[in-house]
Amino acid sequence: MAAKKWPENWQNVNRGCVVFRPGSAGDYHTGSWRAQQPVWDNVKCIKCGLCYIVCPEGCISEGSDGYYSADLDYCKGCGICTHECWPRAIKMVEEG
Amino acid sequence: MIEVRWHGRGGQGAVTSVELLALAAIEEGKYAQGFPSFGPERRGAPVAAFNRVDGKQIKIRSGIYHPDTVVVLDEGLVGLVNVAEGLKPEGVLIVNTAKTPAEVRKTIKFKGKIAAVDATAIARKELGVPITNTTMIGALVRLTGIVKLDSLKVPVEHRFGRIAIKNLTAMKRAFDEVNIG
Amino acid sequence: MSKRIGIEVAVAAAEAAALCRFDVAAVYPITPQSHVAEHLSNIVADGRIDAEFITVESEHSAMSAAMGASATGARVVTATSSQGLMYMHEVLPIASAMRLPIVMAIANRAVSGPLNILNDHSDIMPQRDSGWISLFAENGQEVVDMMIQAFKIAEHRDVQLPVNVNIDGFQLTHMVEPLEMPDQKEVDKFLPPYKPYATLHPDKPVSMGTFAMNDVYTEVMKAKDAALVNSKEVILAVWKEWEKRFGRAYEPIEGYRVKGAEILMLTMGSMGETAAVAIDELRKKGIPAGLLKMKLWRPFPFDELKKAVKGAKTLIVTDRAVSFGGPGGPVAGEVRSALYDQPTRPAIINEIIGLGGRDMMVEHFMEIVMKAAKAGRKKRKEAYEFYGVREA
Repeated sequence: MAAKKWPENWQNVNRGCVVFRPGSAGDYHTGSWRAQQPVWDNVKCIKCGLCYIVCPEGCISEGSDGYYSADLDYCKGCGICTHECWPRAIKMVEEG
Repeated sequence: MIEVRWHGRGGQGAVTSVELLALAAIEEGKYAQGFPSFGPERRGAPVAAFNRVDGKQIKIRSGIYHPDTVVVLDEGLVGLVNVAEGLKPEGVLIVNTAKTPAEVRKTIKFKGKIAAVDATAIARKELGVPITNTTMIGALVRLTGIVKLDSLKVPVEHRFGRIAIKNLTAMKRAFDEVNIG
Repeated sequence: MSKRIGIEVAVAAAEAAALCRFDVAAVYPITPQSHVAEHLSNIVADGRIDAEFITVESEHSAMSAAMGASATGARVVTATSSQGLMYMHEVLPIASAMRLPIVMAIANRAVSGPLNILNDHSDIMPQRDSGWISLFAENGQEVVDMMIQAFKIAEHRDVQLPVNVNIDGFQLTHMVEPLEMPDQKEVDKFLPPYKPYATLHPDKPVSMGTFAMNDVYTEVMKAKDAALVNSKEVILAVWKEWEKRFGRAYEPIEGYRVKGAEILMLTMGSMGETAAVAIDELRKKGIPAGLLKMKLWRPFPFDELKKAVKGAKTLIVTDRAVSFGGPGGPVAGEVRSALYDQPTRPAIINEIIGLGGRDMMVEHFMEIVMKAAKAGRKKRKEAYEFYGVREA
């Protein structure tokens, strides 16, 4: 969990609740929600990139070798990538 | 303060009449209001429009129920609506008709002054169309002196551009030809 | 001083916005506001000012587009009425919470049902708690002046709130009457270009329209309330400056023949003028009546109201809307609440008048006051009355 960054008092509320620090949602590590994590079998993977497209968190990226992986700081373990991967290259594996 | 009620049908230009008259009065430095009967706009349906003109600021914003003058753009409305309703006994009723004021009096329950002008004939001749809203202003000005006829020049030119001159001619003819009974 | 010209008030409202050099107009037409929408569109189409006109498919979208444009730092105008305003309702508190200085002309009209297109205040009253500054105009001149003042108030760094200018539908919008259009140079001097507090721009990203749960929502609401309350000082200062530059004075509650008045009547909007004529007539008859015309509805002018009613025995509050099953009219409810803790206060009578375009003539206002004069401090059976309602 990110540290609380909201105002201490009403006088410190930014006008219109404008957040001046772009990308501050990145402080929120949704990876802590995860019960299962996706694991890629690169033997089956055809590098189609469908997992990258469908990930609702946008946490899947392409590595320098062309294969894909999830950023586990943000992956919620929703399993959509696994469900959509038609060559069945992704498996959901229990945490821990 | 002079209060005027105009009777016409939706699309005949009664609202344009009240606007032009108000603008002419304001042009003279007077105070004036011009407004339609509030509500939906329906082509062909009987409608009314109103003017107030005064030398001092007009504060009253309610409707007009006892006008000093009534102008009827369309003779066909006589009998359809009570055009003389609330008209002050010392007021004047001006009707667009080929009839004489005496003949009009037979069809309308009003004891005061009645004036008649064949605005449709004038408009047909001068404008080429039987639209009488500007023509009837001439008759109104003659009967009431509510504004000077010259004061309509600017608003009519602004409104009608190229065909303003025709409207002003029709207005002047109604001013000259209105038959006061 | 510029010459008085004859102009339809709805058109004058749009012209006033043009004098303010608006950048964006996002408007959906609705009776009796349509002439405002049409004329704003004409101004943009004719290239008279460098602005965009966004044609939208609803009022919900009109306000949403207005907010988006305002967030980029544009000066934005919109306008609506009745059902349009009701449809906009969902978005209104977001505009104020995001502190977007949008100016909206409202051609006040009754709300359905039954369907009615004529004037009363039942459209604006449900928007009371949206966090907008709310001004009420009495005549065409005030419409023009308030539209220009509204931008200055809204954009002031200590305010940054949206402002609505209430214009009685038909009674004002459809009226051709004489008024002075301020000079463009004078308006430019009065209203400098808008300097936003924050803008949406790809070069300097910020987040607007953020998320806040129970841990911070209370603080945000307190900040919004404080913004509204504190805006009054700026409104008064803007009105002072207006008077100095343009010679026309504005007050939150304008008194008319209040000196020595034992019976006061309070009105909002265009009926103040007809009521003033009634007060003149009553004074001729020796009845000590006076009139209070409320121009500022939000933020509510508590101090001014308390001061204005001092010494009066009876206060007749007229309402153009109903708070069904509530205190009668919304204005009377607020006036009662504002005066509750005063050591002495006038007897308050609430007359609900002019609903759905029902006309109020001079004699009607006179009747209301004379009835109150006769009753004196005798307590009424009902807390409010639908004036002129036909009874069995």
